[in-house]
Amino acid sequence: MNQAAELLQEKFPEEVVEVVEFRGETQITVKPGRIVDICKALRDDNRTSFRYLSMIAGMDYLPQSPRFGVVYNLYSHKNKNRVTLKALLADDAAPAIDSVVPVWNTANWHEREAYDMMGIRFRGHPDLRRILMPNDWVGHPQRKDYPLRGK
Amino acid sequence: MNSAETMKRTETMLLNLGPSHPSTHGVLRVLLELDGELILRADPDIGYLHRGIEKMCEYRTYHRCMPLMNRLDYLAGEVNLFGFCLAMEKLLGIEVPKRVQYIRVMIAELTRIASHLFWLGTHGHDLGAMTPLFYAFREREKIMDMCEMISGARMFPLYLRIGGLAADLPEGFIPAAWEFVKSFPDKCQDYHNLLTKNQIWIERTKGVGVMTADEALDWGWSGPMARGSGVNWDLRRDNPYSSYEEFDFVVPLGKNGDTYDRYLVRMEEMIQANRIVRQALEKLAETPPGDIKAEDPRVSLPSKDAVYNDIAGLINHFKLIQEGIKPPVGEVYQCIEAPKGEMGFYIVSDGSPQAFRLKIRGPSFVNLSAMDKLARGRLLADSIALIGTMDIVLADVDR
Repeated sequence: MNQAAELLQEKFPEEVVEVVEFRGETQITVKPGRIVDICKALRDDNRTSFRYLSMIAGMDYLPQSPRFGVVYNLYSHKNKNRVTLKALLADDAAPAIDSVVPVWNTANWHEREAYDMMGIRFRGHPDLRRILMPNDWVGHPQRKDYPLRGK
Repeated sequence: MNSAETMKRTETMLLNLGPSHPSTHGVLRVLLELDGELILRADPDIGYLHRGIEKMCEYRTYHRCMPLMNRLDYLAGEVNLFGFCLAMEKLLGIEVPKRVQYIRVMIAELTRIASHLFWLGTHGHDLGAMTPLFYAFREREKIMDMCEMISGARMFPLYLRIGGLAADLPEGFIPAAWEFVKSFPDKCQDYHNLLTKNQIWIERTKGVGVMTADEALDWGWSGPMARGSGVNWDLRRDNPYSSYEEFDFVVPLGKNGDTYDRYLVRMEEMIQANRIVRQALEKLAETPPGDIKAEDPRVSLPSKDAVYNDIAGLINHFKLIQEGIKPPVGEVYQCIEAPKGEMGFYIVSDGSPQAFRLKIRGPSFVNLSAMDKLARGRLLADSIALIGTMDIVLADVDR
């Protein structure tokens, strides 16, 4: 099994919801509550050493509930492997999760993009502003209920 | 208040660099807070070129997403498409013939050279060295001509297909590629002669925009940006795709993590890319011509002979064109070493012919996010060097 899945099952057994292997990739679904602790553990533990955050993708699974999710893709230069973390957010009306900027600085812009496009709030983010759309834009364009050609 | 006190009074100034400025490489606006010439804060304002490509892809069949992929980082259009095709092939679980892999590697490396040449020309030009632009574009033009040979288009060849290539290499391509490969190392020496020991160039780039290896990882830097800081990481070598493990090349590294080291890294990368193209040409000679797609009815169009003479072939053709590719339910992330760093595609498929979600991880977006960190405490003129060294393409930043 992937080292990341092993580590999380050992350190955060209650947080791990599901581990999926597909096409040689490991995707771990975790509860959103302790995402910062989980990311820190994955970054700092010698076995995993995920010191590089590749990307964060905001997700809208409409019509499913929980509707929103956040996907993190991490890379370990030491082990030369990846892991995908997925957290589904409980509140469909006001999705929010803790910011992982304290873990990786690069999360800053990724989280701003997810906020801008999906309307997901990142608690503790140092500078949560829109990034691609203008500041006075109404709505979050990449949500599934947002029409393709505007309103 | 007497005049002496008025003289001492200082306040910071906000300066808009861009969005319409020749050295921002597109429509980038950087809001700079200045104390005299000193930069206190740099806040890049992006999104002027946001076309909603990720959103558009949710409404199109996978084939119709492909032209959009060319338009991400438009200086290396085919490399983006390469990544997308690899992601799709991973999702579908198909393997493409060796000939396709080698041709893709060759196109990717030629594109890397073209992209780096564009960077070299504009970066030099931004910092006051006019001549490298003309030299760099001279060679880039040859690569553009080769792109035109394979597809008829120069910037957006759209030559790759999911599961293969649009067509085999045309007549005349191989000799043109050989000619380029043989002459390019000498041309590279010309660029070195113009810049590498040029005192003005050294003054403008040494010690500017320093990033340590740890910081580079923390800021998500990849590609030549990270390697300039000494991060020994290249996806082509460490997580090989498309038979890169069969190629012999060196991954150049910087020591100081400044603009000058990143310059040296990219210069050496061009030489190494040239070596890979040479090896690809040699390997290509051993593969059967015409073997340019995976024989998988889910993705590859049947031969014209089958379409005209066989009802199953005809149906297959129509279903692929009208319905599109239907990959299995699943999620994949596939990244490649693009000229500017890690270009990644996260595809979520719900089994329908459209992607449920397509997230594009563009290297320019991530590299640019460290702008504030690099610019603080530097002089205004350095901001131009910083934008140049990051080698951003705004179409890739904004998507």
